[in-house]
Amino acid sequence: MIRIENLVKSFGPKRAVDGVSFNVERGEVLGFLGPNGAGKSTTMRMITGFIPPTEGKIAVGGYDVTESPLEAKRLIGYLPEAAPAYPDMTVHGFLAFAADMRGLTGGAKHKAIDRVVELCFLDSVLHQGIDTLSKGYKHRTCLAQALIHDPEVLVLDEPTDGLDPNQKHEVRNLIRELGRTKAVVFSTHILEEVDAACTRAIIIDRGRIVANGTPAELRGMSGLAGAVTVSGQGVSADKLAPLGRVEVADGAYRVFPADKAAAGELAREVAALATRESWRLEALRTEEGQLDEVFRRITLPDTVKK
Amino acid sequence: MISAWKTVRTIARRELASYFTSPVAYVFLVIFLLLTGFFTFTAGGFFERGEASLASFFGWHPWLYLVLVPAVGMRLWSEERRSGTLELLLTMPVTTWQAILGKFLASWAFLAIALALTFPVVLTVNVLGDPDNGVIATGYFGSLLLSGSYLAISCMTSAMTRNQVVAFILGVVICLFLILCGFNPVTDLLARWASPAVVDTVAAFSVIPHFDGFQKGVIDSRDLFYFLSVIGFALFATGVILRNHRAG
Repeated sequence: MIRIENLVKSFGPKRAVDGVSFNVERGEVLGFLGPNGAGKSTTMRMITGFIPPTEGKIAVGGYDVTESPLEAKRLIGYLPEAAPAYPDMTVHGFLAFAADMRGLTGGAKHKAIDRVVELCFLDSVLHQGIDTLSKGYKHRTCLAQALIHDPEVLVLDEPTDGLDPNQKHEVRNLIRELGRTKAVVFSTHILEEVDAACTRAIIIDRGRIVANGTPAELRGMSGLAGAVTVSGQGVSADKLAPLGRVEVADGAYRVFPADKAAAGELAREVAALATRESWRLEALRTEEGQLDEVFRRITLPDTVKK
Repeated sequence: MISAWKTVRTIARRELASYFTSPVAYVFLVIFLLLTGFFTFTAGGFFERGEASLASFFGWHPWLYLVLVPAVGMRLWSEERRSGTLELLLTMPVTTWQAILGKFLASWAFLAIALALTFPVVLTVNVLGDPDNGVIATGYFGSLLLSGSYLAISCMTSAMTRNQVVAFILGVVICLFLILCGFNPVTDLLARWASPAVVDTVAAFSVIPHFDGFQKGVIDSRDLFYFLSVIGFALFATGVILRNHRAG
């Protein structure tokens, strides 16, 4: 649904987005990760046609965003970063405006408003002015606007920003649910959201894609991935040493495999060793790797320099 | 084509409603009506003139609009830019031109409402004497075009900045230039160092001579063309400014 080829955006001499290419198909939820200022919002603004790209091509549903912007924009629902909404309108008035702009009329318009009000839990504030809403409600009002025409492509810039933990949970579930039938791109810097909602994630840093894969693949890039952590009475580092490099952490021993591909074997070998040596094990597990470690390792040099 | 016009109307309706949901509209209407009343009857010497015309009413409009119209137009784009709703609006299926036209027409309609509410002046002059109502009608038409020109300029200055005060001041200055550039003291000043051709060109931008034609009951196609081209140019410039702003 979304095809991006070699996208570049320059602001003066600075290349905010520098040669980004990726595709998002229907049924995919793509998480867009990166430190602040990495180019996430700029990329999303180009996908939604708000700012023109300096170079490169973006097609949404087969329509080139620069050549046929109206057709492309019709397919997209967009939640901008700060979740802007007209403060002088009521929630209902605002959603009715969004429905009108999307060409919905009569019964379809009423149905669409009812649907998004329910999806985004806006019932209690429906006739309240947007300027009187709390941040969470304002955010969900803008999200409702993005969903009103049941778009095939959703672009959400930090959809869970400013929400409380319960609301975050609801919105993540909603994104995952919507992702079954739509192409969804959302940006975040909360790494647990990648696990909670994404089918695929891209890490972007200084305008370039530095990692692209499923959450499991990204975790696999962690130095920790594939290591086996073992703890219990009698466990000794000397005995584990032949299996790989051993580290001691928090009273547990962590064995790193010499060959990552054979990581599955390692747990079995440790278990066999434990039986032979009659260790009384309390825990034995294969580490999946941690996203935040991968994220820091890939993007840290940049953040430190600033 | 039909759906394009529908989009313009949707934007215009929202914009017009936003005037009336805030106190801005009522404050503006009250001040506008008080000031027109004051200028017409007191400063304009409506009764002392002893003639059944609205010359004392319309004569003040270029000056009255100078302050009031930029106050109406200043928020059009700067507010959208400041609150981030510009991004929301322009990522909906609209072209920049539809958005500009919709917002401009809404504010112009608001100014038309304000102007229509001055109808008691027309009644007064009709009760007291026997005025030429055709002249009054063209006067109103000219006044509407004048407010539209100022508004289009304010729309343009509003697109330049996210600060409404800056937009207001720039708007007033440009409109003031349009009033003053035809005045003799200004043209005399210019004539000291500029060639007569330049002086004539600058003077031709003046809004007053074009406005005066309508007060005499004449709808001259050149005057009409002048106002429409000011509106057209300013709205076109608004589009260019918005596009440059988005291109970064």
